[in-house]
Amino acid sequence: MKIIVLVKHVPDAQFDRHLNGEGSTTDRDESILSELDEYALEAALLLAEARGGSKAGNQVIALSMGPAGAVNAVKKSLQMGATEGVHLKDDALAGSDAAATSLALAAAIRHIGTDSPVDLVLTGMASTDGETSLVPAQLAERLGLPQVTFASALEVNGGRLTARRDGDTHSDTVEAALPAIVSVTDQINEPRYPNFKGIIAAKRKSITTLSLADIGVDASQVGHAGSWTTVESAEARPPRTAGTIITDEGDAGIKLVEFLAAQKLL
Amino acid sequence: MAKVLVFIDNPGQALKKSSLELLTIARSLGETAVAFNGELNDDVAAALGANGAVAIYRPSAEDLDSYLVAPKAAYLAAAVAASGATAVLVENSADGKEIAARLGIRLSAGVITDVVAVDPDGTAHKSVLAGSYTTTAKATTAVTVLTIKPNSVTPEPSGAEAAPEAIVVAVPADATAAAARITGRNEKGASGRPDLTEARIVVAGGRGVDGDFGPVEQLADALGAAVGASRAATDAGWISHDAQVGQTGKTVSPQLYISAGISGAIQQKAGMQTAKVIVAINKDADSPIFEIADFGIIGDLFEVLPQATEEIKKRKG
Repeated sequence: MKIIVLVKHVPDAQFDRHLNGEGSTTDRDESILSELDEYALEAALLLAEARGGSKAGNQVIALSMGPAGAVNAVKKSLQMGATEGVHLKDDALAGSDAAATSLALAAAIRHIGTDSPVDLVLTGMASTDGETSLVPAQLAERLGLPQVTFASALEVNGGRLTARRDGDTHSDTVEAALPAIVSVTDQINEPRYPNFKGIIAAKRKSITTLSLADIGVDASQVGHAGSWTTVESAEARPPRTAGTIITDEGDAGIKLVEFLAAQKLL
Repeated sequence: MAKVLVFIDNPGQALKKSSLELLTIARSLGETAVAFNGELNDDVAAALGANGAVAIYRPSAEDLDSYLVAPKAAYLAAAVAASGATAVLVENSADGKEIAARLGIRLSAGVITDVVAVDPDGTAHKSVLAGSYTTTAKATTAVTVLTIKPNSVTPEPSGAEAAPEAIVVAVPADATAAAARITGRNEKGASGRPDLTEARIVVAGGRGVDGDFGPVEQLADALGAAVGASRAATDAGWISHDAQVGQTGKTVSPQLYISAGISGAIQQKAGMQTAKVIVAINKDADSPIFEIADFGIIGDLFEVLPQATEEIKKRKG
């Protein structure tokens, strides 16, 4: 199988995150591999290993689009076990919205599928920065592929995949023909940590850098120029300030209800 | 006058509050039409008229619910073309956002998600990076697709009684060709509580409940609230994953959020800090949740919550 996993380099959600510059884009100085992408990578590795791993010709390709630092998300993926990495990097990509991002990623996926077809594209359920969840669906629409999102279980047999998808009121079984795009939730597996062997092995794996010219995309189709939405202003929300704090002296439950009544919340 | 199309997926027996909110916003932007999928009963059709819909579009095919989002997006694109709408409003659910996403590509239209307010010129207001910034964004394309978060506006009927025109839209023949098919469905037991993302009040429990959500659920029921949980509580298996609020769970923006036994790590704050009023109960006085609480109680949730529940019941008689 040839599996592409989309990995994103996002600001660490453990710390305060910032917007700045043209179009109020996210500051990516303190960035890491998006936690939610690790589940997609683990799902890909499990599918490849069940089929004999890389020795049997299974490929798990970590693809990241982003500035120089984004290569770190690819490197972490290689340490976890991806067989190769692709970094789509071009200054013109900065400021791309979901539509422009999906256009560039669709072109990169077609490019990676030139010599042998891609069977599956795996993604996390959302990025932990933009949180729009638009890109997997837009990629599917652009590539004309079936899309299965929020998979909490995934099996591939022959040319078909079966997934479980949990909603709030029901849980569905979903089937699609390959090739397909699947996003997975954080319930699907327990991602592995890179071990020492994996970290050493990753140093010998190749990372291909692609530019827009390599994938046949014009600079006007991406970045701020190619985006269909524009951020006009951004304001930091005033930080919440602490209100009244009391220590329970046996009547805190009643004081809580008095507070709710005063706020007209009962 | 600008034309606005509201998509309502399976309106059911009565319009949901979130659908009424979409219709209220739509009327502030222009002439409103509705595209729905599924059954449309007479009461709902009348309610759409009372909310200003001048036209109601239905799909020519009845099996769109047998597939994941793709054919619904194809149908909606055809409805946009038929209606001449320049703005499309969709609910901000997981499916709603994906339908909007695919619709955006089909129409070459900008998509803005997580919208909490829309100006008459189509400028959308949203909160990003887990509520730490508010931004205004605009589509630069001929058609704008917006997904609107619940609790964004107070629904109001239009006052004018319209008799909407009913129009059938042909679903494109290739709409289901590359779509994933739903082959099985297991209904989950309904809790009888409000939906977490739409609830006006949320009572959430964390590590501090130590496996016992009883006091959290009883307070929630006394308040007519939804039950939420931190990731620590869902990972421990004390409550269903559906209840998780936070970075990797649901984002809620209720009038009142009561946090019990949750320390308030940044990932949990990410899911709830846009709540209007935050109440926190925790034994640990150093918990970060107290930094953002409007009312904080340093105390044992197993004493505070039952006492509050009793007091509410007493007051409500």
